[in-house]
Amino acid sequence: MKPFLEVKNLFVSFPTEDGVVRASDDISFTVARGETLAVVGESGSGKSVTSLAVMGLHNRKSTNISGQAILNLPTGPVDTISAAPEVVRKLRGKAMAMIFQDPMSALHPYYTIGDQITEAWQLYNDGSKADGIKRAVELLDLVGIPSASKRVKEFPHQFSGGMRQRVMIAMALVNNPSLLIADEPTTALDVTIQSQILQLLRDMQKEFNMAVILITHDLGVVAEVADRVCVMYAGKIVEQSNIDEVYYRPDHPYTIGLLNSIPRVDSIEGRRLLAIPGQPPSLISLPPGCSFRPRCTFSSLVPNKRCAIDVPDLDEKNSAHFSRCFLTEPQLVQLRTPTGVQS
Amino acid sequence: MLKFLAKRLSATVVVIALISVSVFMIFSFLPMDPAALTCGKACNPVVIAANRHRLGLDVSVPVQYGRFVKGLFVDRTWGEGAAKFSCPAPGFGYSFNRHECVTQLIQDAFPVTFSLAIGSFILWMLLGISLGIVAARKQGKWQDKFATAFVVAGVSLPVFVTALLTFIFGIKLRLINPIDMGRWVSPFSDPVGWLKTYYLPWIVLALFSSAAYTRFTRSNVIETSSEDYIRTARAKGLSERVILRKHTLRAALAPLLTIAGIDFAVLLGGAIFTETIFNLPGLGRLSIRAVQIDYDLPVILATTMLAATFVVVMNLVVDVLYAVLDPRVRVG
Repeated sequence: MKPFLEVKNLFVSFPTEDGVVRASDDISFTVARGETLAVVGESGSGKSVTSLAVMGLHNRKSTNISGQAILNLPTGPVDTISAAPEVVRKLRGKAMAMIFQDPMSALHPYYTIGDQITEAWQLYNDGSKADGIKRAVELLDLVGIPSASKRVKEFPHQFSGGMRQRVMIAMALVNNPSLLIADEPTTALDVTIQSQILQLLRDMQKEFNMAVILITHDLGVVAEVADRVCVMYAGKIVEQSNIDEVYYRPDHPYTIGLLNSIPRVDSIEGRRLLAIPGQPPSLISLPPGCSFRPRCTFSSLVPNKRCAIDVPDLDEKNSAHFSRCFLTEPQLVQLRTPTGVQS
Repeated sequence: MLKFLAKRLSATVVVIALISVSVFMIFSFLPMDPAALTCGKACNPVVIAANRHRLGLDVSVPVQYGRFVKGLFVDRTWGEGAAKFSCPAPGFGYSFNRHECVTQLIQDAFPVTFSLAIGSFILWMLLGISLGIVAARKQGKWQDKFATAFVVAGVSLPVFVTALLTFIFGIKLRLINPIDMGRWVSPFSDPVGWLKTYYLPWIVLALFSSAAYTRFTRSNVIETSSEDYIRTARAKGLSERVILRKHTLRAALAPLLTIAGIDFAVLLGGAIFTETIFNLPGLGRLSIRAVQIDYDLPVILATTMLAATFVVVMNLVVDVLYAVLDPRVRVG
């Protein structure tokens, strides 16, 4: 059986006055139902742009999109990139749903929570408003909002950030979507609330047997919930593998850098966190060769300055473990041991 | 909500009282003597003194104000014996130039101003908002450019130029009869005559005022369209039509209410230019005549206070409506 979502060679770019912004550059991945794919990368690496393209939420006039994002629906496959806007619209909310980063601004301030959830439900269900409210209460209950039947009549500003994100999740789930895209769902929340929301997402995934794409820049979040990981850098996938491989055998210097930059409970006391030097490149004028080369501490290990000339392919280094780097496996094994600065 | 209303209502009464005091003060200290103005040809100090007594100006200003306020609630009488006359409550005083109670003058003029205001208000809101929405949806296209041109013209052409052009145009094409316009036509007894009298002034005022609303609507719709909650609405699978009608416009147009309320209140106080050019006997013309020709202090006092009261009351109405529209505005 085919995975529910297959993204193939997806390119998204925005023409601007300064040049073309290549936000997603040849992105391919799949997500099956019941599986969580984490898309990791820093701001501007093309994570959100990719997911918005899958959802068909880009302005088609000001965006150039090519490639495929195929949803394998029971009724047959649909490519959300090439399908008519009306067709894609009718997939949104039902086949695929999305929750966003900032729950403070993602809900309409003038309508009650119940109204907003009911509105989504009524799009795909024949039923009165009272039925919709009933369904809304059920879902609010499910996502852990206390006294849901009372709170359903309240407005977004009467909820805390974490509660609003729960509302967003309830709203996304109201039509039993097969794919849920969560775009940095915990970034705007307190740390204590973050893990609650992640736990909730995991529970809901089991409950609804969804394919989940979790977009985040937080590797801690990834470790908690993901089955597989895509690491993105400057619009490209630089590493893709299952979760254990990425954490224990990272195959790309960028991933190694990211892992070295997060604090660990078992790290040697007094060791400072290692930052990746430099800034991500502008997506308008990428450096020649590997986009990560200017920040890569290991590029000198590759002979003939190849990193500055050729763009490495996304190669399968180990089984089902892809990486976009010229370094060989024996070289990488050595690099994985962090050489932190002793204080 | 009731507590909020009571609080705001009492504040409104205080504001109106303060306005009446200051307006009364300003006109009491003007270097004009109404007693001398109504004196006539055979003027001498004795007549002036008699006049002053007759007009009730021979007492201190606070006492005058007290009598004025009293006149608002009970009938007020001037003069003695055969020359005695009175105005029934609620009275704003007596116009010695026109020999009429001010309340009567206002009662005659207000329907004219109200007809002018309500028609042009509806017209300009419809025109301004719909043009603004079209401009926002067709950003950069010819519709948007047309709206921009309209805004520039509407904002930069003074209302008397537009009104004068329309007036001349209207007479040339025999669209209006300036003599007819000087009479009050009731929309209940003669709806066609009413429409005929007012449609050109409506258009003039609407053209002039809707430009600002077009600009405001356009920028608000564009701004709201990029809000996160609009993206959420889209992600739900709502159609563009529903998103615009239910989500974007609700949020984009609510702030317009405040300006619209005040604009309407100001209009109710009298549209001086439009009424003057179109020969409409409304509040605006009543006050401009009182100021320019008659130095008719009771009339000026009454129209000024009325205009201020409209603004203050409309402010209250707008605040209450806004609290209904936007749940984030807490009342209490």
